[in-house]
Amino acid sequence: MQKYVQTDLTKIKLLTSHIFPQLLLILVMLIMVILLSVTSPFFLTWDNLRNIFDHSSLYIILALGMTFVISSGGIDLSVGAVAALSGVCMAAAMQGGLEAGLSILGGLIVGGLMGAANGSIISFLKINPFIVTLGVMSLSRGLALIITGGIPIYGFPRDFTWWGNGHIGPFNPPMLLAAFLTVLAAVVLNMSRFGYYTLALGGNEEALRRSGVSIHLYKIIVYILSGVAAALGGLVVTARLNTAEPLAGWMLEMDSIAAVVLGGTSMKGGKGSVAGTVTACLLLGMLRNGLVILSIPSYYQQLVIGIIILAAVIIAEVRSGKNLAFINK
Amino acid sequence: MLQVEKDPFIRLRNIKKTFGHVVALDGVDLDVCPGEVTALVGDNGAGKSTLIKIISGVLYPDEGEISLNGKTYRHLTPPVAIELGISTVYQDLALVDCRDVASNIFLGREPLKARFFVDKKRMNRESEELLRKLKVSIPSVTTPVEFLSGGQRQGIAVARSINQQGKMIIFDEPTAAMGVGESARVLKLIRSLGDEGFAVLIISHNLHHVFSISDRICVLRNGRLVKDFRTENTNPDQVVGFITGSNQRTEEFRKGSTKA
Repeated sequence: MQKYVQTDLTKIKLLTSHIFPQLLLILVMLIMVILLSVTSPFFLTWDNLRNIFDHSSLYIILALGMTFVISSGGIDLSVGAVAALSGVCMAAAMQGGLEAGLSILGGLIVGGLMGAANGSIISFLKINPFIVTLGVMSLSRGLALIITGGIPIYGFPRDFTWWGNGHIGPFNPPMLLAAFLTVLAAVVLNMSRFGYYTLALGGNEEALRRSGVSIHLYKIIVYILSGVAAALGGLVVTARLNTAEPLAGWMLEMDSIAAVVLGGTSMKGGKGSVAGTVTACLLLGMLRNGLVILSIPSYYQQLVIGIIILAAVIIAEVRSGKNLAFINK
Repeated sequence: MLQVEKDPFIRLRNIKKTFGHVVALDGVDLDVCPGEVTALVGDNGAGKSTLIKIISGVLYPDEGEISLNGKTYRHLTPPVAIELGISTVYQDLALVDCRDVASNIFLGREPLKARFFVDKKRMNRESEELLRKLKVSIPSVTTPVEFLSGGQRQGIAVARSINQQGKMIIFDEPTAAMGVGESARVLKLIRSLGDEGFAVLIISHNLHHVFSISDRICVLRNGRLVKDFRTENTNPDQVVGFITGSNQRTEEFRKGSTKA
């Protein structure tokens, strides 16, 4: 009989493979905090930190949905447009005399339906998610423009704008919503059967199917989650600006994807980190804030963020190569 | 061994399957008994894979019956087959590489606590027990499967089949692309499953492996089951003769039959 041994080697491997991206992010974040607080006395004040959290909350909400999609081996390019469409639908409903709560619910359902459309087409017709969500993105943006006639809708009841500008103690609703969803997403992804299947879908869809699990169902739910997350993002944007803008959330899908990848979730699927996604969102938020504080022109923001994302992806790739070499020894 | 165990676990009768003009199976009868390792051998295109796909429910036969648990089915589907205790260890093993050993063993049947949370502790504990029973040695049940060797991965795929409450386990070329030491360990594992009372059906091209572990050898040729040997009553030359058809031709020649 062979001995049942627990080697230390695996522990080292797990440490390098799982926590490394997050550790690196936190390290970069610390360096940034130190640099920025040295260069600007304003950076490390509660008001400014609150600002960063407030701005990051929108990105966090969308990126959490994207974390599930990318972990399952897919991608969702429609989230920015779905956020705009949902916001517009909420606004149109309120304009039509519906109360705030029901309008919000309606907007969330619209987001969920768009997600269901994405998921159903991708799963049943086996079409590349990139193309499908690109189509739904254009479709949603088009619908948002048609509903508004291209003109932003503004002026909402207090019940609605509270979701963007309200106060709960020192915090505001978007922050708390983002915090709540973060905890929820972490629990669901890592501890629930749905989370297990999301990761298994990204790892080996066929294996999951042969184990007797309905992969269509779970795939569609993943995209519905992303759609609802986008709609919640639409709620935050619309309530914050007190305006439903058909072109809101422009390029938000790119920011979400960037944050997810930066956070260590594998584009190949099968590995997802909620903590990483949230850390990356905060890092990007801090970076934008820092560049503004240091009065660096906004054009440079795009450049710097692009460089950071590229660096993160390259580091991840090099590291995985190294890992394999280490294991093969 | 008990008398009851001699009853076949699954009984296939007159199974026919064609793909267009190609006749893959032409009226195959096969019984697989619990406590026995039955090897299915035959040349490429003899219909081995088609037959196991029909048993695991992936393909439906055009004609014939499958009897199991006192019931007769026209065909099975993958969930029904799993439900009835038929588990297949596929050649590609169907493991989720990036997930850990326990998650793979419990894939599709994760135990829950409080109706929501996956009971990870129980999964780890039961996986460890199962692997120890199967004498599969791995570093830890929390290791991602991608870091394990071919033999260890095979062991995990087997553990999953048993965990699906499998009573019959089908192996499709379990030792293909495996080293000598690793093959030996996997073969030992398969043999031990037979000894523990599982009905084991194995496809292999390697006659040496087949002879070392099987109780019965069934030879498929051109979609027909041409010979059903007890392993102890035959030898590799004879089996090869039936696989290639040279034996049959000799026999037919002796009988004076000149069937084309």
